[in-house]
Amino acid sequence: MSAGTNQTGGTGSGLVKWIDSRLPIFSYMQKEYAEFEAPKNFNWFWNFGAILTFMLVLMIMTGIFLAMQYTPHTGLAFDSVERIMRDVNFGWLLRYLHANGATFFFIAVYIHMFRGMYYGSYKGPRELLWMLGVVILLLMMATAFMGYVLPWGQMSFWGATVITNLFSAIPLVGDSIVTLLWGGFSVDNPTLNRFFALHYLFPFLIFGVVILHVIALHVTGSNNPLGVDPKGPQDTVPFHPYYTMKDSVGLAVFVTIMAAFVFFAPNFFGEPENYLEAAPLVTPAHIVPEWYFLPFFAILRSIDFNIWFIDAKLAGVLAMFGAIGVLFILPWLDKSPVRSAKFRPMYKWFFWILLLDCIILGYVGGKPTDDAVFAGAAWFKIIHLGYITTFWYFFHFLILLPLLGIFERPKPLPKSISEAVLGGGTSGAAATAKPMEKA
Amino acid sequence: MGIVCNLRRAAAATGLIAAAALVSTSAFAAGDAKHAEEQDWHFEGIFGTVDKASAQRGLQVYLEVCSGCHSLKQVAYRNLSDLGFTEAEIKAIAADYDVTDGPNDEGEMFERPAIASDAFVSPFPNNEAAQASNNGALPPDLSLQVKAHAGGANYIYALLSGYEDAPVGKDVPNGLSYNPFFPGELIAMPAPLAEDGVEYSDGTVASVDQMAWDVVNFMQWAAEPEMEQRKKMGFKVVLFLIILSAILYAAKRKMWSNLDH
Repeated sequence: MSAGTNQTGGTGSGLVKWIDSRLPIFSYMQKEYAEFEAPKNFNWFWNFGAILTFMLVLMIMTGIFLAMQYTPHTGLAFDSVERIMRDVNFGWLLRYLHANGATFFFIAVYIHMFRGMYYGSYKGPRELLWMLGVVILLLMMATAFMGYVLPWGQMSFWGATVITNLFSAIPLVGDSIVTLLWGGFSVDNPTLNRFFALHYLFPFLIFGVVILHVIALHVTGSNNPLGVDPKGPQDTVPFHPYYTMKDSVGLAVFVTIMAAFVFFAPNFFGEPENYLEAAPLVTPAHIVPEWYFLPFFAILRSIDFNIWFIDAKLAGVLAMFGAIGVLFILPWLDKSPVRSAKFRPMYKWFFWILLLDCIILGYVGGKPTDDAVFAGAAWFKIIHLGYITTFWYFFHFLILLPLLGIFERPKPLPKSISEAVLGGGTSGAAATAKPMEKA
Repeated sequence: MGIVCNLRRAAAATGLIAAAALVSTSAFAAGDAKHAEEQDWHFEGIFGTVDKASAQRGLQVYLEVCSGCHSLKQVAYRNLSDLGFTEAEIKAIAADYDVTDGPNDEGEMFERPAIASDAFVSPFPNNEAAQASNNGALPPDLSLQVKAHAGGANYIYALLSGYEDAPVGKDVPNGLSYNPFFPGELIAMPAPLAEDGVEYSDGTVASVDQMAWDVVNFMQWAAEPEMEQRKKMGFKVVLFLIILSAILYAAKRKMWSNLDH
């Protein structure tokens, strides 16, 4: 082969060209992250992809350094974490970044998902992109759950006990699955060991699926707040420097907020009881998972009745996994051809109701089911609120979304992004003639 | 081996019961206790620091009162330099306690006085011994108690200074004490502090409230020895990030100003 085969790696020194003509990583980066054309009308909610990438890297890096000091043994784990907090240089910073990092990772992923739902980013041709995102969410949940077990505090142990026991609800194979998860007949040292090994592995699986997520994104291109496809170069800007710049702003603000918690209220999102070492014979009064699992936990507990021949416990587990399952098929549940809620007068309201519903579910998940919701009305208990909000969650996805696609009358869509952005005066053709890209 | 197996089975069974309780009905709430009042602590706020004089007195309360039953396993004597103790003072404090070391050249374990690098010596060799000496109740390790309760320092201060006579009609079983701040109101720990229970070398009057205050300041430091470094660093980091965000935002505005968007 002659040197002339290098068609793409036009820039760079001789060495870069030499490498690029054999392994086109430079031209790939140039094409996918620099020249990549993105709609020019992103709002600040489009920052969260970059923020999530940063968080994943931060979690992996702090995690690797923590793993160098951590001991996965029931007799030593709790003390090894305290040793990190007290005797390892900046160990407290690593651990608080990692613990609060998990919280902020989930804050970012939930904003990212609700953004996708508001602007219809899951609709064709982005179905696979969305589904890969749901896979990432599932992997994140598994990783976070196993990570929470590692400090071997009271909530680590009892949270692990409660959640792993859920699998015993599965008919026929349930008990075998639980034994396999535990590596024995209760949550014990083998459990801690395998959770540590898997907690180390899963972030790299996430990394792999993130790569697929980005590949899929770069095939379809990004959605945008209007939900109409870019019609030409007048509707887009190169990703670099415009969105690398804008993402930097959003990331800096996000990290500022996270840092405020890490340094001034590092245990705000944590459960105090996890600072007590695990005691298998002392059951805490109130076992709660981490805040980011509370809505799912609420759905699990809300099914406390048998459904036909399905026993309540199994039904609860199915409902909990079903809550994520409906997200998988969301692209086919939502029948409306219009993406953005901006042009969907009814869906817009139901979106906000769903968001509120999820927040209430989170509240329900954190409270004992027998508590009264309002001080004055003892008959209205948390469990009742759980019934209502759980029902609404599934009603929204399974009934409302398909019906809205039929009965909702969307507002007229703008012809193009430029037309909407510039006030609607110019037609698409006129806009094309204008020199949009001065940079 | 049989006992271990039984224990494991018991643990698995309690786990199943707990899971069932959570999934089907509810966890019971231990929330009938009196709410601890907010106190004005020196360590609070983003510029909060350890009240060293109080924490030093708190160490004295811990050593003379609490350490009879409660361990402080996560803290080493050398850490006391944070509170302003000199190297000689730390060596003297440590030397009052014996630790088991070894094995020596002959393969024997031996006792020696503790040194600065040792962790605080525990009153009991293990949890079982601690329970055997305390009516079956386990006095918790004090290293992390401030972080391990939702009420934090306020709760522990209220608990230590809040012992009172049980109200009429409240049945207090033998071996338990009444404390309105403790979940369930019946606590295995008898009122630990009594007027002038210690003699402070700095002349501070050792009232129950004062001793409770001092020992909570000490326990707060023991739970978060990194606090001062963390907050100092945090102030700089957050200030830097705010300025960075502002600069990036200005740069973004400038860059985007030549686009119609």
